[in-house]
This record gives sequence, structure tokens and C-alpha cells, in this order.
Amino acid sequence: MTTLNALIAVCLCYVALLFVVAFVAERSAAQGRVAWLRYPMVYTLSLSIYCTAWTFYGAVGNAARSGLEYLTIYLGPSLVMVGWWWILRKLVRIGRSQRITSIADLISSRFGKSNLLAICVTILAVVGTTPYIALQLQSVTLSFEVFAEAANPGQSLTHNATALYLAMGLALFTVVFGTRNLDANERHHGVVMAIAVEAVVKLLALMAVGVFVVWGVGGGVADTLQRIDASGLGEWQVSGGRWAGLMFLSAAAFLCLPRMFQVLVVENDDENHLRTASWAFPMYMMLMSLFVLPIAVVGLELMPEGANPDTFVLTVPLSQGADVLAVLSFLGGFSSATSMVIVAAIALSTMVSNHIVMPIWLRVAPGEGASVSGDVRHVVMLARRMSIAGILFLGYLYYSLSGGGTALSTIGLVSFTGVAQVLPVMLGGIFWRGATRVGALAGLCTGFAIWLYTSFLPSFGPGHFMSGDIVAFGPLGLGWLRPHALFGIEGMDPLLHALLWSISLNTLVFIAVSIASFPSPLERLQGAQFVNVFQHSVGARGWSAGVAQSEDLMIMAQRILGAREAQALFTREAAGQGRGGQLPDPSPDFLQTLERELAGSVGAATAHAMIGQIVGGAAVSVEDLMAVADETAQMMEYSSRLEAQSEELSQTAGKLREANEKLTRLSVQKDAFLSQISHELRTPMTSIRAFSEILRDSDGLPPEDQTKYASIIHDEAIRLTRLLDDLLDLSVLENGQVNLNLRRGSLRDVLERAVAAAVADDSQGVIELRRDTVAEDITLYTDLDRLSQVFINLISNARKYCDAVDAVLEIRVQSGNDTVILDFIDNGTGIAPEAQDVIFEKFSRVSDQKAGGAGLGLAICRQIVTRLGGKIDYLPGQQGAAFRVVLPMAID
Amino acid sequence: MGKTVLLIEDEPNIIEAISFILSRDGWTVDTHSNGHDAVEVVMGRRPDVLILDVMLPGKSGYEILSELRGSLSPKDLPVLMLTARGQSKDRELAERSGVNRFMTKPFANAEVLEAVRSLVVA
Repeated sequence: MTTLNALIAVCLCYVALLFVVAFVAERSAAQGRVAWLRYPMVYTLSLSIYCTAWTFYGAVGNAARSGLEYLTIYLGPSLVMVGWWWILRKLVRIGRSQRITSIADLISSRFGKSNLLAICVTILAVVGTTPYIALQLQSVTLSFEVFAEAANPGQSLTHNATALYLAMGLALFTVVFGTRNLDANERHHGVVMAIAVEAVVKLLALMAVGVFVVWGVGGGVADTLQRIDASGLGEWQVSGGRWAGLMFLSAAAFLCLPRMFQVLVVENDDENHLRTASWAFPMYMMLMSLFVLPIAVVGLELMPEGANPDTFVLTVPLSQGADVLAVLSFLGGFSSATSMVIVAAIALSTMVSNHIVMPIWLRVAPGEGASVSGDVRHVVMLARRMSIAGILFLGYLYYSLSGGGTALSTIGLVSFTGVAQVLPVMLGGIFWRGATRVGALAGLCTGFAIWLYTSFLPSFGPGHFMSGDIVAFGPLGLGWLRPHALFGIEGMDPLLHALLWSISLNTLVFIAVSIASFPSPLERLQGAQFVNVFQHSVGARGWSAGVAQSEDLMIMAQRILGAREAQALFTREAAGQGRGGQLPDPSPDFLQTLERELAGSVGAATAHAMIGQIVGGAAVSVEDLMAVADETAQMMEYSSRLEAQSEELSQTAGKLREANEKLTRLSVQKDAFLSQISHELRTPMTSIRAFSEILRDSDGLPPEDQTKYASIIHDEAIRLTRLLDDLLDLSVLENGQVNLNLRRGSLRDVLERAVAAAVADDSQGVIELRRDTVAEDITLYTDLDRLSQVFINLISNARKYCDAVDAVLEIRVQSGNDTVILDFIDNGTGIAPEAQDVIFEKFSRVSDQKAGGAGLGLAICRQIVTRLGGKIDYLPGQQGAAFRVVLPMAID
Repeated sequence: MGKTVLLIEDEPNIIEAISFILSRDGWTVDTHSNGHDAVEVVMGRRPDVLILDVMLPGKSGYEILSELRGSLSPKDLPVLMLTARGQSKDRELAERSGVNRFMTKPFANAEVLEAVRSLVVA
């Protein structure tokens, strides 16, 4: 008979073996010999932490109570491995590319690095896992009790003390191997290897018991099958709803349990290991479940009425005197329990320290946070170790509170339902880009609350946290709020009821709120990264470059990653940037890489906050950056619009400037013109006024003077009139308002009239005219009066200005096909070359002498000839002044 | 009296009118009718009062006055300027050139007389 002390010795030896395995594995990993640690089968075996003491002992108990239903717990994960491997692959890929440290980190990271969400998931995970840890403690205690009773009937064991020692021992192991390295994202090779060994031990133990029962007790396969048939346990008493529910539940738990996430995603070395696991793990599960039914059936037959079926695995061999087998079986159960507790403690402590302890510490730590104050490395390590101890203590607390009374499998299912609340958010997060942080938060809280109310709190039994009245009649007597009959749905299995309501409302709220709310830019980015993880190889841009001090980053990184690793990282990054030395530029890419490295140790949100403290003195969230980017984009658009407008404006301004210059020029010309007119008008008026005043005021003026002055007044009045006539004439001609009076007539007649008119005013000089009347015999069709005006002007000018002693004006006429050319040439000194163009301008006078004209004559001539379709120019190279008029014979 | 006035003006009728008005008042009136050599004529004759037209052949009244003011102050040579261009900027130009009195044509005979008298007294 195995004594209790011997059993404890075996236990200690076994634990020592695990220490050695873990230590060797760590050593190999540290020395870089990791090939054997990366064997895919190790990964597969590590997944077997799914099979805890609950499955080891409880499956048989479950089979003894409910027949084949225990299979659902194995079928769920198998279905996940076979059918949902693509979800796993995506999770693994995301976990690696984002350096995810836990399921809380995954959810937080997906929804914009929200720490609030991480805290929610962490609390949910801790609350959901605590009963499970208690369960493990209970099962080990129970198994000790079995041996104690067998060895010493009647002697009772102090359960609580056993559980406490066990919890402390597990805490020690976990602290030693689970927190050796700060980088939670780095694989815990020692732990994984120990778990793999334990997986083998528990499989061997269960199969050994199975073989013993079938061939040793049951009398072979056929006999055993007969017994099974006789017992009725093997019949398909399928209750569709419950089966489907349990299968779904175990599948969900397989994905969501923190410890499963730890081994599936965080400890995963190679995505390809999933391929091996996808067939090997279901095989393992099948082997684990193979002998459950036979053990249950044989146990029910052999053991006395009322014996606990949960301990058949131990009691059946013991009752048959197979002590060694019993010890092996005990070791199997012990393995199941310890491996689960260790991994769960690692996973939960990572979550607790990264998402709860560190953010609080960062906030309350004196000084300037990560970069300056104390050793962060030390703090993180301490936080993680304290968390491990705390979690195990919670488990122990739950165990001692619940009194270990409830059946194992019930506790397990309650726990499963709790952690399954993460499933909608997790799947939504990695497959649906529309999922938002607010939606995730609302969904999780809804599911968590319903689970607490319908499943977790009632699980303590009436009177603990929830009075029996509430369970029976609902709070305040509200029947529709009864925990096991929510909204009046009665008669349903309590577990199924809780699962249905919590998951469906959770999902519904998650989807509805996600649709109704608007994701922040960071959420969008992360969402895209998660959902499209297979298209993205590189992460989102998290940081703007700029004022980050590389030294500060280095100091901080050293504290978290350790000096050697931090320096290696920095040197590598610097080399990647093409720089020598140890300090890379704080480029966005580098900051992001660093953030991911740090996230591996302290979690995404904390890493983000730490870098934020250094880069900007405060957290510069991508949200801010995106807002800035949005604004910049808007501003750029606005500025390009402005630019276009300004170009338009400058064009308009250019046009305006031109117009203005033109107007200014015109204005100057107008001023000059007005000034000229003023002068030309005032001059005769001055004479008129002066002489009329003289005539008026002077008595006794000699009569000849009176006559002389009166005639001056008369002449000046005529000059004024002529000037006004000319001005009006010019104005009409220039404005093009002239009406041509077109008639047919002889050129000779026109010249005749012009000469007569020009000579009539005898106040001016005498000039001899030489004409060629034969050549003048041309018929014109034009405005004969206007043409005559031109000729009068030219002849008068010659009379006025020709300075020859015997002034002669020769008028030559040449006629072509359609045109006639008239030259007016006198024998004076002519006009200086520089003045030859100016004379056609208004008010231009060349000679010094006063000739009574205002200088408008030639300007008028040019206007008239132009109107008549011809042109008038000074004709240089002649003897005196010469003008040439070219005219069309007929105007169209 | 025997005070002399030099009148530089190119319009014969205006020369005749002003000469008549001033002579009747006892002034000795000299006349000159172009701008080319006006400065030399003035320097040569040194009249008590100079009456200067603006629009002169050869050189404008402003130019002539500016040159004269190089050596003769308004006190040494009082100048009455007459112009047929009555805009305000013409007055400014005249004053900048150093004119004593400025009048626009047409003028009242009595005004011219009064102006010439006042310039001598002052």
C-alpha cells in the first residue's frame, strides 16, 4: 500500500524532473540549440494543456453520469483544429506580426491599442480562469485524499493545507520558469518542454489505466463492450441542443482560454506547426477519450454505490491493488493540473502586469516615467511575479470559499462560458473591419454581465453570492429576471441557457454598437492590419519622427529589454538605416519596430505610452497624427484652391494693371490735350478781354486806335470760332461719327473750289499756284466737301508757312487704275526731318512764328483722308514742304 | 517813375494790350517774343519787373525762371507769370520755379497793373 509520504516523494521527484527538463530546455535555447525544441510535435503536445485534471478525472465522472456527452469536450477542439485551422493560422500570423503577448493584448491592439478593453478582457479572463485553477487544486487534493483514505481509512486530510502547499509550489515553478525572460512574447522553451513531457505522462497514465481496465478487469475488448452495452451509457442519448451547445462551448474555449491562446499563438514558433497539430492533436484527443467510457462502466460496476465517479481513474486501480498503476494515474492527473495552472498563471500574469499593473505604475510613478525613473525591468518582473502569486492565491481562495463541493465538470463549463465571451469580439476583430472599440467594449460587458448573473454567481450554490430566492423567483420577485430562466424562457438546461443568452446578446450588442459607432483612425489602421494580416507584412505607422531622442529611447529600451539586447537592436536598426554607431535615427519605422519589441515585454498599450512619453513628452497617438494628416490634407486642398484662385487673381491683376496703365496713358494724353485746348482758347480770349477793357475804360482814345483794337477783337473772335469748329470737327472725325456725303464729281472742280476758298482770306501771304488741269480731269466718287476741306488746309498751310520770297505751290496729280495721287509741293525750306511725323499730331506747330492756327489742321486732314479710304503723308526729299495724298477713285 | 518792365510774350495782340496798359501808367515797357535767348535778354536789361509767359517758342517760362533764379532772388527780380494753362499743377510748377506773382489768362487789365505795382513796392 502506497503511503501518503511515498506519494509525496513521488510527486517531488516528478516535479524535480520537470525542473530538470525545463532547465535543460532553457539552457539549450539560451545557447541557440533550439532545433529540437521546435519540433512540431512539441507544439502539438503543448496544446494538450487543454486536457486538464478536469478532463483527466472529470471525463470519466461525466461519462458515468451522462454517458457519451463527455465526447463533446473533445470534439469541440478537434473540430477547431480540423475545420477552423484557418482561424488559428490567422491568429498565429497576427500574433507574430504584432508581437501579441496575450489574448487581452490581441483585443486591445486590434481596437486601437485600447487599454480599457485590455483591462476588461483581463478581468474577464481572471474571473473566468480562477474557478478553473481552483478546480485543479481541488482535483489534486481529491486525489491525495483518495490515497490517504486507501492507506489510512478514517484519517482525514486537511484539504486546505494540501491545496495551499500545492498552490505555493506551482507559483514557485511558474515564477522560476515563467518569468525568466522579460519578453513575454519570447517562447518559454523550458515551460513548453515541461508541458510536452506532462502531456505524454498524462496520456500514458490514462491509457495504462484504460488497458488495465479493459484487459485486466473487464476481460478483454468484447467483454468490455458487452458491459458497456449493458450499462446503457454507450447509447446515444443525444440531446441535440446540449450537444451542439457543449461542442460550441468547448470549441470557443479552445480559442479563447488565456492558457490556450498562450500555447497556440504566443508560444508558437512556426506557423507550419499548425499543420502537424491539425491532425496530431485530434489524434491525441481521441486517445485521451478512448478509454473513458470503459473506465466509467467498469468503475460503476466495481465501486460501491455512491462512490465519486470523478476519482474512478484512481480508485479502480487501487481497489484492484494495482498501486503502481494508481500512482502513475495520480501522476497523470497531477500533470494535467500543474501544466494547466502553470500556463494559465503565465498567461494571466502577463495580462495583469501589462494591462493593469504597468499602466497604473506608469501613471503614478514619480518623476518622468519610463525614461528617467527607476528600473522598469525590475518593476515589470516584480509585477509579473506578484501577479502569478496573486492569481494562484485567488484560485486557492475560490477553492476554499466554494468548499470544493461542486462537481468538477460543472465548474469547468462555467469557466468555459465565461472565457467564451471573448469569442465574438476576437472573431469580429480579425474578420470584420467594421468592428469598433466601443462595440467590442459593449459586447464584452454585456456578455460578461449576463454570464456573471446566469452562470458564475449561481455556481457558488444558493446562499453564497446569490440567495436561493433570487434563483427561484428572480430579483425583487421579477420572474422574468430569474438567472436560469431569463426573459421567461424556462425548462432549459442552465448552462445552455446562460451560453445562449450571454453569447447571443454579446454578439448582437457588439455588432449593433460597432455599426452605430465610428472607429478612430488608429482602430481603422489596426483593423485593416488584423483583418488583412496576410496582405500586410509590415505594421501600421505608429509614430511620427521628429524630436525623439535616440539616447532616451536607448535608456528606456535597456531597462526593459536588458542592455545587451537593446544595444543589439539599436545597432541593427542603425545599420539598417545605413548609419554607423549605436543610435539610429528616430524614424517612424524604427520607433514602430522598437514599440513592437517593447510590446513583447510590456504590452502594446504600455509600449505605446512609454515611447509616447519620450517622443513627445506625452503620448502622440496615431489618432492625433491622423487628425493632423486629415487637416493637412484639407489644408493642402484648400491651399491648392487658393493657389488657383491667386493665379487667377494675379492674371486679373495683370490685366487690370495693363488697363490701368493704358488709362493712365490716356489720362495723361487727355490732360495734355485739355491743357492745350485751354491754352488755345485762353490766348485769343485774353486779347479780346484786354482790348475790350481798354476800349471801355479809356476815354479819348484816338479813333485809329479804337478801330485797330476793335479789329483785333474781331480777328481773335474769328480765331476762336475757327478753333472751336476745328475741335468739333476733329472730335466727330475721331469718334467715327462722321457721315460721308458721297457724290460723283471731278477732281478739278474740287481743287478749283479749294483754291478759291484758301485764297479768299487775303490776310495771309501770297502764293503762286501751279496746276496740271489736264491731269486733274478725273472723276471721283467720294465726299467731295471733305476732300475740299483737306485741299484748303494744305493750300492755306503753304500760304502761311512757305518762307520763299516768291512762294510757289505746285499741285501734281497722277492717276493709276483705282487710285489717284496728289502731291502738294512748295519751294520753301520745308519741314525738319524730326518734325515730319509730329506735324500730323494735334496742336503741333513747328515754326516759331505765330500763324493763327491752333495746330489742328493736319490732324483733321489725316482723319478725313483716312475716312475717305486713303492716306496723307509728308513727302520727304522734295524742294520744299511736300505732302502726298493718295485716294481711291471711288469709295465702295 | 521811369520803372522798367520787361514783357516776354509771343502773342502779338497780348504784347500790344499789356504794353498799352503799363505805358499808360507810366512804365517803360520792353518786349521780347521768344524763349531761346530770354535769359540773356533779362540779364542784359535788368528790368524792375519781369512779366513772363509760359508757352514760349524755344524755352518754357518755367525753365527761364529757374535759370534766372540761379543768380537773381525774388527780391532782385520780381516776376509776374502769366499763363493760359490755368490748372493747379501749373501754379505749383510756377511757385517751385520761384515766381513772385502768378496770374492766369485772360486777366483784368487792372489786376495786371496792380500786380506790377505791388511787385515794385515790395
